[in-house]
Amino acid sequence: MSKLPAAQTTELRARYPQVFDRPVSARLATPVMLLAAIAIFVFGLVHLGFSPARMLGGMHQLGWISMMMLPPDPGSSLPLYLKALGETLSIALLGTTLAAVLSLPVSLLAAKNIVPSNIFRFPVRRFFDAIRGVDTLIWALVWINVVGLGPFAGVLAIATSDFGAFGKLFSEAIEGADRKQVEGIRASGGNALHEIRFGLLPQVLPVIAGQVLYFIESNTRSATIIGIVGAGGIGLQLAEQIRVLEWQKVSFLILMILVAVAAIDWISSKLRFAIIGRRAVA
Amino acid sequence: MAVAVPILPSQQLAALNDAYRKAVAKKRLRLTLGMAVFFAALVAASIGAEVNLRTLFTYFGHFVSYFDRILTLEDGTRVWTNVGEWLWGWRKWSLLLGETILISYVGTLFGALLAFALNFLAAENTSPAPWLRFVIKRLLEFCRTVPGIVFALIFVIAFGLGPMAGVLAIALHSIGALAKQYAEMVENIDMKPVEGVRSTGASWLSCMRFAVLPQVAAGFASYTLLRFEINVREASVMGFVGAGGIGTELVMAVRKFYYSDVSAILLMIVLTVFAIDIGTGWVRERLLGKDRRA
Repeated sequence: MSKLPAAQTTELRARYPQVFDRPVSARLATPVMLLAAIAIFVFGLVHLGFSPARMLGGMHQLGWISMMMLPPDPGSSLPLYLKALGETLSIALLGTTLAAVLSLPVSLLAAKNIVPSNIFRFPVRRFFDAIRGVDTLIWALVWINVVGLGPFAGVLAIATSDFGAFGKLFSEAIEGADRKQVEGIRASGGNALHEIRFGLLPQVLPVIAGQVLYFIESNTRSATIIGIVGAGGIGLQLAEQIRVLEWQKVSFLILMILVAVAAIDWISSKLRFAIIGRRAVA
Repeated sequence: MAVAVPILPSQQLAALNDAYRKAVAKKRLRLTLGMAVFFAALVAASIGAEVNLRTLFTYFGHFVSYFDRILTLEDGTRVWTNVGEWLWGWRKWSLLLGETILISYVGTLFGALLAFALNFLAAENTSPAPWLRFVIKRLLEFCRTVPGIVFALIFVIAFGLGPMAGVLAIALHSIGALAKQYAEMVENIDMKPVEGVRSTGASWLSCMRFAVLPQVAAGFASYTLLRFEINVREASVMGFVGAGGIGTELVMAVRKFYYSDVSAILLMIVLTVFAIDIGTGWVRERLLGKDRRA
């Protein structure tokens, strides 16, 4: 490629100062940000105790563990694991349903078109946010203290953390509903109940059903781990087998989780498409 | 002004009503069947999860009284009457929360770097070979599906107790999640710049650098920030299995029944998560501009 003559270059420079002569602050912004990001990263590595020796030793151990995991083998406890898997699926289904049922009425209070007053809406929203800010595992820990070890605590933990998420999503779905249909019902002489039943519900219900299904799917994943703190399900078995270093059983359990999650994914995506049509669920 | 509503002759009306009823009956039957299956599944699940309503009602009282207890100081007063006493360990907890954020930061960055390297191989339009794409996609699926805390449990044994296991667990899970989002984004790019760069005889690497990257960089950054936000939450529980951060302290407080400490630590976690949410939201807005905000 031939170079541009010098006169043309100066002309271009004069015409597009925002490209050629950017202020120093704008030019420095990206490298400074990158440098800061790298500095924090390096500080983190040092502070959190990373060292090549530890890394190498750990990798060696990890390789050894992976060797021990093959082939996956449940030993004689396959029925126990299947029961635990059933428990996990039950926890996910019940927890999500409970959360959906409980959060629907409360989410009405957080919807702009139902409660126009900001004073009421704001605390309800922050309440949902606070519940969502706490991880499911923490809720499981709290509920174990209240109702004791076992899958019931898991159900309540999933229900609690989803309560926050559903509250936000449902209220957004209700806010997104079209007013025209409600007004149409009113114009034809329907009362307030009719408005909700025939105007609002048909719009909101498919969205909500899709979200609930999606959460059942993602809660199957959450339900596999809440057993780690003692709230029942397959996570309990998994944590136990890792602690006693039964690696073949561990790999079998992980495999079971993968298969179960894939199966639930498949079923729920089929159902979702059946309910809402071929549209993406937010 | 009176408006005459035309009413169809009764024969025609009867036929229409009939058809309407049939259509509705079919829909209702399907709905009823679906509900029946759903309730059957619920009943089966409640048996599987050892739930019964009576225990729920007894326990609900426990739940309320538990919150009552964690909001009470040892001398019997409410926590907010003596904030200094309630948050007595705020120095220690802040340090641990800082460690939690650091775990999440380093883990996310590790994950993002590897996901960045892998996503071009996993995206349909940029992958150099189908078999490579298949292998990498399965690998990413594995990283994504196995929960981070399970990785942490295993890494704690391999790398020893401490935040290092937490960082690696978060990194591994983030690789799976981020590479999928990255790859989806790459699959949606405009291919014309790629063709333009390739037509100049550029290598695969130059194509990625000069045609693909400029289109996706802002989106990548946005997804990475979102993942960082999620990982802060995740890192707050890594301590449950001994992988560093505030979780260790929380689990200790819960297990040893230091009631007011539980609420204090929970409050600090929630505030931190809020702060991180707002901070990353602000950065993402600046990065993408208001109109493209997801």
